[in-house]
Formats: sequence, C-alpha cells, structure tokens
Amino acid sequence: MPSPALKSVPSTAKPAGSTQASVVALPVKPAPRPARLQPLLAHAGERLLPPTLVLALILFIWEIACSSPGASLPPPSQVLTDSWELIAHPFYDNGGIDKGLGWHLLASLQRVAVGYAIAAVVGVALGVLVGQSTWAMRGLDPLFQVLRTVPPLAWLPLSLAAFRDGEPSAIFVIFITSVWPVIINTAVGIRNIPADYVNVAKVLRLNGLEYFAKIMIPAAAPYIFTGLRIGVGLSWLAIVAAEMLIGGVGIGFFIWDAWNSSLISDIIVALVYVGLTGFVLDRMVAGVASLVTRGTANS
Amino acid sequence: MTKAYLSIENVGKTFTRGAATTEVLRGVSLDVARGEYVSIIGHSGCGKSTLLNLIAGLTEVTTGGIFLDNAAVQGPGPERAVVFQNHSLLPWLTAYENVKLAVDKVFSGKKSKGERHDWTMRNLELVHMAHAKDKRPAEISGGMKQRIGIARALAMEPKVLLLDEPFGALDALTRAHLQDQVMQIHATLGNTVIMITHDVDEAVLLSDRIVMMTNGPSARIGEVLGVPLERPRHRLELASDPTTIRCRSAVLKFLYERNRFVEAA
Ligand SMILES: Nc1ncnc2c1ncn2[C@@H]1O[C@H](COP(=O)(O)OP(=O)(O)OP(=O)(O)O)[C@@H](O)[C@H]1O
Ligand SMILES: [Mg+2]
Repeated sequence: MPSPALKSVPSTAKPAGSTQASVVALPVKPAPRPARLQPLLAHAGERLLPPTLVLALILFIWEIACSSPGASLPPPSQVLTDSWELIAHPFYDNGGIDKGLGWHLLASLQRVAVGYAIAAVVGVALGVLVGQSTWAMRGLDPLFQVLRTVPPLAWLPLSLAAFRDGEPSAIFVIFITSVWPVIINTAVGIRNIPADYVNVAKVLRLNGLEYFAKIMIPAAAPYIFTGLRIGVGLSWLAIVAAEMLIGGVGIGFFIWDAWNSSLISDIIVALVYVGLTGFVLDRMVAGVASLVTRGTANS
Repeated sequence: MTKAYLSIENVGKTFTRGAATTEVLRGVSLDVARGEYVSIIGHSGCGKSTLLNLIAGLTEVTTGGIFLDNAAVQGPGPERAVVFQNHSLLPWLTAYENVKLAVDKVFSGKKSKGERHDWTMRNLELVHMAHAKDKRPAEISGGMKQRIGIARALAMEPKVLLLDEPFGALDALTRAHLQDQVMQIHATLGNTVIMITHDVDEAVLLSDRIVMMTNGPSARIGEVLGVPLERPRHRLELASDPTTIRCRSAVLKFLYERNRFVEAA
C-alpha cells in the first residue's frame, strides 16, 4: 500500500487520544471558582505566550527590514494604514468584484464546500470498493497512484474545456485534488479491519448493509478522517490557485487582482486571511474526527 | 442412527496457500453431549484454534463433517457463539452496545425492544458487569473485557459456547475469579461448552472431559480423559483431592512425556 497514507495514520490517532484524556478530566468535583480559574489562566498563558512572542518578534524584524526607503515590500505598519479599509470592513459590497474580503472568502469557501463534499462521498465510496475487493484494488490502484500526482492546476485547462464555465471547473479542481487521499486512506482502513471484527460479524450473520454501517465504517473511521483532513488542506491550496486563473469573486482572484493593481498591502492582508481560514478548516475536520472516532483509535 | 448433540466426525483440515499445503488436523472425531463442558488442551500451534474455528464454521473442513443437534454445520452462526482469544469487542461501542448489537441481531423478530434491553442487561448482570455498561473497552480492564465478551456470547443463547483461551491473557487472581463465574454460569444455564486452554489446573477444575491433542502438523486427538468430580466444585477443596491429582498428572504426563513440545519444524 502507498506509504504516505500509512504514515499519516497516527496523526488521527493522537487527537482521539487527547480528547479521551480531556473527557476523563471532566468529572472532577467543582472546586471553588478562583482556585479553578487560576490554573486555567496559567494554562492559557503557557499555550498563548510563546506564539505571541514569536509573532511579535517576526513583525518587529519585518518592520525593521522593510522600513528603508528602497524596500520592495511594505512594513507591517504600512500594511495597516494602506489596507485599513479592507481590514475594518470585511463585508462591504460595491457591486461587481469590488467586495469586502469576507465576501471573497465566502465565495471560495462555498466552492470548496461543494467540491470537497463530492470528494468525500466519492472518495469513501471508491475507497470502500478498492479496500474490499482485491480485483478492484489491482485494477484501480495503479491508476490512482498516477492520477494523484497530477498537480491540481494541470487539471484546470481540461476541466475548462469540458465544462466551458469557470464555476464548475473550479469545483472539479477541488474535487480532483482532494479525492485521492480520501480514497487511499479509506482503502487502507478497510484493508486493516482486524480479522476479529470480521469474525464477530460472521458469527452474528450481519448482512452487507449492517456490516457496512456497524463494522466497516466505524473500524475504518480513523483512516477515513486522516484522508479527509489531508483532503481539506489540499482543496484549500487548490482553490486559491484555481481562482487566480478563473476570475470572478473569490479570494484567489482578489489576490491576483491586487497584484495587477500593485496593492501589495492588500495581498498581505489577504494571505493572512487565507492562512487563518485554512487553519480553521483543518481544525474543523480534526474536531469532527476526534468527536466521531472517540474510542476507535485505542482498543 | 442418532448422533451426539455435537458430533465431530473424522475431521481433517489442510491449509493451502499457492503451492504450499499444511495439514493441520487429521482424523479428529469427538462426540459432545448436551450440557457437557469439554476442554481441549495441547501445545501451542497444534491446531486447537483451527478446530474451534471449524466448529464455529469460520473455516471450512477439508474432510469429514461436523453436526450440531443433527444439522450439519455450514458457515458461522449465533447458535455457535465464540469468545475469541483476545476479547474482540468493538472498541467504538460501549459494553452495553457490544452486547446489544448481538441481542438486536439474534432476537430481531422474536423479542420486543424492551425485552431486548432487559435481556442485554440480564447477561451483563450474569457476568457482574452491569455497573460498567456505559464504559468503552479501552476504559476497562482485560478481565472485564473478557467478561463482556462472554456476556455477548451468552446473550446469543448459543447451542454450544466456544471459548478460545478465554482467560489466557489474565493474571492468576482474575483468572481464578472468572473461572468461578464461568462454573456458576454453566451450573445455572447448563450450556454446552468447548473451551481451549493451556492451563492444566483450569482444564481439570472446569471440565467434564479433557481432550488432549498431539503435536502438529497433522494433529489428532491423542487421549480423552473424563474428570469424575462432583459439581459444584470448589477450588480449595479440590486442590488436595486424589481424583484431581490423578487427572492433573495424567494430563501432565500426556503433555510433557509422550507429546513433548517440539520447536515447530
Ligand atoms: N489460515 C491459515 N493458513 C495456513 N496455516 C494456518 C492458518 N491458520 C492456522 N494455520 C497453521 O495451523 C497451525 C495451528 O494453528 P492454531 O492457531 O490452530 O494453533 P493453536 O493450537 O490454537 O495455537 P495457540 O495455542 O498458540 O493458539 C499453525 O501451525 C498455523 O501456522
Ligand atoms: Mg489458538
């Protein structure tokens, strides 16, 4: 089986484990308020202080490095003043593509949601097929291994030719980018279902549907979610690039447009938004994963 | 001609992988009466689990046949419930849900929703695990997991209960405790039980008969020893009982004199 999929499995196992730890910690007797609040604040401080310091340091170095008159990039202070309009009003709308960053992000997220949802459903279905049947595995796996290495943007001209429209093309690029890790991880998960669980299902004479819902999906869930998590990251990577070429409303085209108008500060602000959104997407899938797979990863 | 309740007739099993074939069992015959408790003992790798899987229907016999209650065994089913060597509870379900899964499936048309709940709880109570019903397997000890596994098997109301080294992975104290519980359940319900074990004391304490297997490959039943001890049995009283001692030494002699363990060839 492909090693990337196998390697990434422990990354889901960990979140599931850590949730369990916090679940166990919950039923502690409610102590008097101040006594409980203090360690909580201390904990938050421990977690938040280092990244805040590092961020401040980076901003400081950036400020110094780009403050000279001949600098090609603006320092953070100038980004703030240049693009204050953008930062302060994420949801203004002057018609056309002259909208706030919030609208652009929403448009991109909408495309990702559609493409990613299709990828999740198709990916799990194909993964089950490939994981279940040795024949499907032998036939499809080489194809998947080749196709998954095609860079997302290389699909764009082909999908534009096929769909003759930007919107479905962008969604197709999201789909084709994020479907592979879902397929491959699901297949690995299905193949790794312990023989014991299969035997339990046999003794109980579970039928195909019951086996699918009660054994196969829960047993493979940690793997499936590893694939989904890799997939959501990839689809966010792909959408920004695809939108640059397709145009219209969307964060990718916003960045391209800003570049054409030499609004470097706007680009920097947009990049921060893109990064934060990608981070939130990843956390969201990870959160759902640890919620759904609680208990599955550790037996 | 009437067959015994469980009748294993001249069963052989050969595994084939590509060109390589391994004959694991040859000419195994055994009759088990209803309500009887039979232990199978033999060295590691001789084919005990293979024999149990054949009875369970999880693997198919190569030669011979197995009959339960006058019907040929074909494929696995809940009337031959298995407690596997390593509990094999589903980790994403709670103890209650693990048992309920079996109850729901086996009694889907026969019991109402409320009855199925009661039956699930009754079986958890039987193994004294009702208090941990909402725990997941990862949150309970090995002994508790094994008890849930036994409850799940009992809940299927099997004609024969198949135990594959049910206490193998447990410490001596927990093991003794569970052995007592299984004896009690056997006394109450009168199940027909086939249990694989490595432990001579366990075999003598629990069984009506002990089936001793020769070393593989091509393992056979070497000897069958009846254990004529009154029930209920108490481990402390039996420790110095002459019948116990005689049975123990008979099994030990078989295992260590006549069928010394040889490193797998
Ligand atoms: N599916 C299989 N294919 C090929 N050989 C097998 C298969 N299953 C079991 N065997 C072989 O059959 C022999 C008996 O295995 P089995 O698991 O029945 O032993 P066992 O008596 O239960 O041992 P243990 O006490 O260690 O559990 C072993 O030599 C094993 O290699
Ligand atoms: Mg075994």
